Order: sequence, then structure tokens, then C-alpha cells
Amino acid sequence: MTGAQIAAAARTRTSVLPRPSTGSRVADFAFRAVMYLSIAVGFIGLGAILYDVASDGLPRLSWEFLTNFPSRIIPERSGIQSALVGTLYLMAICAALVVPLGVATAIYLEEYADRRRWFNRLIEVNIQNLAAVPSVVYGILGLAFIVRGPLSMGRVLLAGGITLSLLVLPVVIIVAREAIRAVPPSIREGSMALGATQWQTIWKQVLPGSIAGIATGVILALSRAIGETAPLLIIGAAVSPRFNPSGLFDSFTALPIQIFSWTTDADREFVSAAAGAILVLMVLLVLMNSIAIFLRNRYEQKW
Amino acid sequence: MTSLAYSRTRRSVGEQAVRYGLFAAAAVSIVTTTLIILSLLRETIAFFGDVPLGDFLFGTKWTPLLGGDQQSFGVIPLLTGTLYLTAIGLVVAIPLGLLAAIYLSEYAPQRVRRVVKPVLELLAGVPTIVFGYFALVFFTPEVLRGVFGLEVNQFNALSAGIILGLLVLPTIASVAEDALSAVPASLREGAFGLGASKLQVSLRVVFPAALSGVVAALILGASRAVGETVIILVAGGQVARLGTDPTVGYQSMAAFIAATSRGDIPTGSIKFETIFVVGMALFVMTLALNAVSIRLVNRYRQVYE
Repeated sequence: MTGAQIAAAARTRTSVLPRPSTGSRVADFAFRAVMYLSIAVGFIGLGAILYDVASDGLPRLSWEFLTNFPSRIIPERSGIQSALVGTLYLMAICAALVVPLGVATAIYLEEYADRRRWFNRLIEVNIQNLAAVPSVVYGILGLAFIVRGPLSMGRVLLAGGITLSLLVLPVVIIVAREAIRAVPPSIREGSMALGATQWQTIWKQVLPGSIAGIATGVILALSRAIGETAPLLIIGAAVSPRFNPSGLFDSFTALPIQIFSWTTDADREFVSAAAGAILVLMVLLVLMNSIAIFLRNRYEQKW
Repeated sequence: MTSLAYSRTRRSVGEQAVRYGLFAAAAVSIVTTTLIILSLLRETIAFFGDVPLGDFLFGTKWTPLLGGDQQSFGVIPLLTGTLYLTAIGLVVAIPLGLLAAIYLSEYAPQRVRRVVKPVLELLAGVPTIVFGYFALVFFTPEVLRGVFGLEVNQFNALSAGIILGLLVLPTIASVAEDALSAVPASLREGAFGLGASKLQVSLRVVFPAALSGVVAALILGASRAVGETVIILVAGGQVARLGTDPTVGYQSMAAFIAATSRGDIPTGSIKFETIFVVGMALFVMTLALNAVSIRLVNRYRQVYE
């Protein structure tokens, strides 16, 4: 080919390389098609879930639905007050336990732990493993050690809160570690060079610099905690109680438990109540995630 | 000088205290694991005091809640039920998850990624009870019976398994995408330079290079499916049975635990012990899967970072 021919080829074909064979173009097209299809399945699945829940549940949403207690006798006047209050209490207990424990562990692993020591490596591997232990196993732990056995609290709110806290603790630790790691070493070195101790450096420089990431992790963990059903079933949350928990040592229920018992009720009249409760739970989750996104955008430090 | 020295000691005492305090918090995770193992082990040992190990491992009838002669402790139906449901879920989730991962990592323009990733994260954030509700109230009657005209029971493996796959899909897609994205651009550029097409680069260069991470994603997905409780409890039925008919229900190990333990079983009874034995089996299975998966992830991190 002369230079002019190559230039002409380049103009018409965009590539001077041999044109791909028809077979490979078909393969490329087919591959793109199945990829789009896979993404579409995820979208359609989510869309169908939202549509189904909204169409079953929206008619149920009303102030009475939020403030009534569950009723065995009259399905259409059943409400979720005790479940909603229980879920909010559980969230508060989890936040109170998970924030100090999770952040302290993350600080220890990132700022203090010497990775050459075997027990520090053990802690790390252990947390990775705990993050993937099925939630039923945490339920069993709660049943054996908190509800009965050594702590013997009974089937109370605090037992549920502790069980869920242990379940989501690894999530907080993993996200908080990433946030702390994102603070550049130069910040720490500058602080130490000015005479600050290690803890002063962490408290005054590292934590403020990573607070957005840590808060995001905590919110993610809490939204996982309030969506959990299995551990609370296992430790024995109350079914459709007509009262709110009066304190940490009272029996309780939560939204997922209420949804579960309505979904599986032989009386199909309760299905719309289950859908209504799902909508309330989803609104709660969307609110929490919006706060997380807002915090991340508003306070995230760019170094 | 003395005052300076004094303040130094006081400071270092404080620093030491903080260090120990933080270590104590970190140790909570070790305590948690220890307590999990202890609680499982104690009741498991008690269980095998009453039931021979062979009957449990090889028995084909699981009816621990029945009385007298009807009572039987063969774990095989629960185990096969768990694996069967997991398999259906993975048949759905593996191809879809991997294709989604390849699309996001290799093909998708930035704008599309910014929409698709959050939607998949949203799907991953939906509580499992909602998936269970969807399987029972919508997918079984409207899709399986309605659209496809299948004669399935109200509780059936097909519905529970497919929805289980939908639950696991985002996990597989996200972990596999991380692995694919970690493959250095130079490998792709080299292949393109040799005249490879986009498809060839994606499937024959990037995919094999990320294989350990991709396998880790699949194993993590399997582990999530094995441990998932509520979907199967709600839509998969509560009968432990042997078989491969997808139109009827099966019980899984996790679903058995949640169905049996409602807080009112007397401590020390054989029913109470079965919860822990099955929990132990589940814990060991998922632990093995997770350990392999974590190892593989750490390996590709080492190679490419």
C-alpha cells in the first residue's frame, strides 16, 4: 500500500488493521447483548420488588397504620407501633455499642497494631471471617450466651440489641479502617513533629479527618442491623405484641419480625399489612442511606 | 527539668492506657468468635452423647421434632436441601453476576457506571425478608404459575432458589468487578496492540488475569447463599426432604434453625441441642468457604497492588 492508500483506508475504516471477521462481530454483538440482559435482570428484579411492595402496601399506609398495635382479630386495623418503636430502640442500642467498639478497634488496627505480631494478624483475619458468618449463627450465640447461659437476660430488648451489634460490628470496623487509612501519613508526621503525642494526633487530626467515612460505615451497619430477621427470630422476639417495650429489659419486637409473621400468616388478609410494614422499613433505610450520602459529599476530606 | 520529666511520664502513662483500652476493644472480636465456637461446641458434644455420629452424618431422615419412634436425626436431607437451593441460586447468580461485572469493569462508560453501580448496591441493601415476601407473594403465584404456567407448590425450591440468586447477584458482581478492575491497564493495552478485539481482551486476557478474585467472588456468593435464612424460611417450605423436584419445598440448615428456635425450647432438651448441631455444621461450611475466598482475594491484591 502506498501512503495515500493507507490514508484513504484510515479515513473510511477508522482502523488500518484488518477488518474483524463477521463471526467475531457477531460474537461481540451477542456478548454485549447478554451483558445488557444481565444488568437488566438486576434492574427488573429491584423494580418488580418495589412495584409489588408498593402496590400491595401503599393503600395500607396511614397514620393509624403507624400508631395502631397489631391485631389478631381485625387485620385491616392492624398497625406497627410496637414494631416501629422496637426497631428504633434496637437502632439506638446498636449505635451506642457499635460506635465506640468499632472505631476503637479500627484505630487500634490502623494506628497501633504491629502486623508482625501474630495476635494482631489473628484479630484482622478474625474480623474478615466474622463479617461473613451467617446471621443465624449470631442468633445462636445470642440465645446461648445472652438470652440464656452466662448473661441470662431473657428475651429482652437489650439482648436483641447486643446480638445485632455483634453481627454488624465487623462492617463498622472494616469501613472505619478504610476511612482512617485514607488520612495521609504526612498529617500524622506534621502533628507529631509539633510535639503532639500519638493519641493527641489521632484525636485531633486523624479522627476529624476520617469522620465522614466512619459515619458512613456506622449508618451502613445500622441499616443492616434493622433489616435483620433471623437472629431476632432465634433469640425469641415477641410476635405481634400489643405494647411497646418499657425499657431495656422488656420483651420486644421489630419491623422485620412483624413483616415475617404477617407474611407467613395463614390468614392472607395480613399480606397487605406486611407490604405496608415493608414500605415503612424501606423508607427508613432510604432515609438513613441518604444521610450517609449527604455526609460523604459534605464532609469528605480531599487530601 | 523535673516538671518536664514528670509530665512526660504522666503523658506516657496516659498513652499506654489508651493503647490498652483500644486493644481491649479490638479483642472483643476474638471473644465473639470464641463464644460462638464454645456455645456451638458445648451443645454439639451433648447432642452426640444422645445420638450416634453415624446416624447424624449418614441418616436420610430428619425429623427431630417428632416424638418416639418417628424421631430421626439424619442430617442428609437438610444438607442436600441447602446445597440444592444454593445451586439453583448460583445457576442464576453466577452468569448474571459475572456478566454484569465484566460490563461494569470493561465496557460501561463512566456515566452508565454511575447509575448501574448504585442500583446494584440498592438491591444488595434490600432486607432479606423483603426478598422472602417477594418470592412468596409475587414470584411464585404471578411469575412461575402465571407467566410460565408451572404447577408449583406454594412453597417450592424454584422460587426460593431464583430469588436467592437475585439476592446473591450484587455480591458476586461487586467483588468480581473489583478483581477485574484491579488488572493493570498495561495488560489490556498490550493485547489491543496485538490486534485483539474488545471481547478477546475481556474474556481471554482480563478475565484469566483476575481469576483468583473472580473465584473468590463466586465462593463468597455461595457462602452467602448457604447461610441465607429468611428467603428459604418464607418461600422454600419447612419440610426437610430428599429429592430434586424443584416444584416442591425443601428445608435448609439455616431455615431449620430459625424455624425451630423461637426462644421457648427448654435448655438441654434434644430439640435445643439440634439447633446447635446444625448451627455447627453451617458454621464449619461457611467458615471453610470464607477462608478460601479471603485467601484468594488477598492473593490478587498482592499481585497487582
